[in-house]
Amino acid sequence: MGLKEKLHTIKEKGKGKKWLPAFEALHTFLYTPNETTHSGGHIKGADDLKRTMTMVVLALIPCLIFGMFNTGYQHFNAFGTPVEFLSMDAFWYGFLKILPLVVVSYVVGLGIEVLFAIIKGHEVEEGYFVTGMLVPLIVPVDIPLWMLSVAVIFGVVIGKEIFGGTGMNILNPALTIRAFLFFAYPTWMSGDKVWVGGAVERANEMAAGADVAAVSGETILGSLAQGKEVAYSVYDMFFGFIPGSVGETSTLLILLAGIFLIFTKIASWRIMLSSVIGALLMGLLFNGVVNAGWISEGSRFYSLMSTEFWHHLIIGGFAFGVVFMATDPVTGSQTNKGKWIYGFLIGFISILIRVFNPAYPEGVMLAILLMNVFAPTIDHYVVQGNVKGRLKRLKAKTA
Amino acid sequence: MGLLSKKDVKLITDPLADNNPITIQVLGICSALAITAELKASIVMAISVVFVLAIGNVVISLIRNIIPSKIRIIVQLVVVATLVIIVDQVLKAFAYELSKTLSVFVGLIITNCIIMGRFEAFALANGPWRSFLDGIGNSAGYGIILVIVGFFRELLGSGTLLGFKVLGDAIEKTGVYAYGYENNGFMLLAPMALITIGIIIWVQRSRNIALIEHN
Repeated sequence: MGLKEKLHTIKEKGKGKKWLPAFEALHTFLYTPNETTHSGGHIKGADDLKRTMTMVVLALIPCLIFGMFNTGYQHFNAFGTPVEFLSMDAFWYGFLKILPLVVVSYVVGLGIEVLFAIIKGHEVEEGYFVTGMLVPLIVPVDIPLWMLSVAVIFGVVIGKEIFGGTGMNILNPALTIRAFLFFAYPTWMSGDKVWVGGAVERANEMAAGADVAAVSGETILGSLAQGKEVAYSVYDMFFGFIPGSVGETSTLLILLAGIFLIFTKIASWRIMLSSVIGALLMGLLFNGVVNAGWISEGSRFYSLMSTEFWHHLIIGGFAFGVVFMATDPVTGSQTNKGKWIYGFLIGFISILIRVFNPAYPEGVMLAILLMNVFAPTIDHYVVQGNVKGRLKRLKAKTA
Repeated sequence: MGLLSKKDVKLITDPLADNNPITIQVLGICSALAITAELKASIVMAISVVFVLAIGNVVISLIRNIIPSKIRIIVQLVVVATLVIIVDQVLKAFAYELSKTLSVFVGLIITNCIIMGRFEAFALANGPWRSFLDGIGNSAGYGIILVIVGFFRELLGSGTLLGFKVLGDAIEKTGVYAYGYENNGFMLLAPMALITIGIIIWVQRSRNIALIEHN
């Protein structure tokens, strides 16, 4: 008897047992279950939840690998022993740094999912598959693993499970996890140390009296918020050779992933396009204010306001958030008109928060979470508007 | 018959759990979010509310038959305001630092919905002794939640309890901080207080399924 049949017999025996959901999760992961529906007509679609999730994870893999190279590159550069970007040294350093983040994210997150499935007696859903990959990509590389675990537990339980699990959540779970980290442990989520692997350790050594050179690596948004000069060229920003959260730096790879997701019809191009329009418009408004001379150079908003409007798209986590998080089909708007409004406001508010609140340089996170909350309201009014329009047409026709 | 009949005991015990003003009636949330970042402030706030609600209920109950119903809200407000001013002055006299922490929220006891709610719903229709017990019960139910929330917020947010460094010193890196533990700054912000109360409600309802509404 092969493994496949064995699993089926175990499943038959386990009917009604508590551990069945946990077993089923493993089972459906390995093989297609041998269950068939018996009533009603069905359309067989290839784009089920699992396929969708796999596509998104596939799109994330290049960002992850680039993140590993970049982590090593930033580390060795900051520590005064520069290496080539595409070198084994850089990759290996980053790999060893990032692998634990990925493992912790999946083990803790899936553990919670299985636990809830057993308590509530439903099947394990594959919802955490994408979230688990997103989480390591949107945190600083040096984040302590226990903090990540606490945040993942919070994000999965409070952000998702209490609303009813996959497909029922109001807020994007990955961003809930990041927001939790951001507000709970701000020293590990901002500043000029956490973005470079090993820099925090170095700072602690120096505090303890070791005679070593200081290491720092500020993100571009961080330096702009403090009115400092930015040491990176537009080329660096676009290709992603800059400090930042693990997977967010390379706008090029995110752009390619976005095209892939649009081509496979998984993410909405309306949301992406309207977010970009919103961000550009806000950037232009700020540039206009600066050009009109309404703001003095001494103002603390000056350097972020005078940043060229299209630079906002390639610095910080804007691109990553818009491509992978704003397009989350569960928490975003569902109607086409709603998607335009939802996306536009995400872009618009992201840049607004970025410029006016330098303490929260990552405006895109807060903008998406805010719009997640409003998405059902937007949909409601779009649908109601449509109903009203059709009623009017009907009246005009029958009158 | 003893001092407390069975009905009287229920007046006190009911609001502690199954009819808790915060977790079941969802009243008085505002102050529960605002002042629970420290355990000490929570305890003082709880005691103040016990005082105001117990005495206030008795006063309203005593004069319930002579209050014209058209102006009863104003009369109730006068009674609460008087008691709150007493609490405020006592705090300022004997615990000045604490009264600064509680700041405007002592004054805002006046607007605590639990107090006006109990006046309206109970004291206007019951005798002074029963009103007194009802006041004690409801304010204690409010206080318990405040103390629970305050306990977790201070322990996880600042690593202290009543000001004592129970987890070690965060700056000197002693105790658990030596192992890399850090305080959770989110616990000190109001949203986390709301989530903490939500978790208490969750735990309470999963222990007593009868509390879950069906609609």
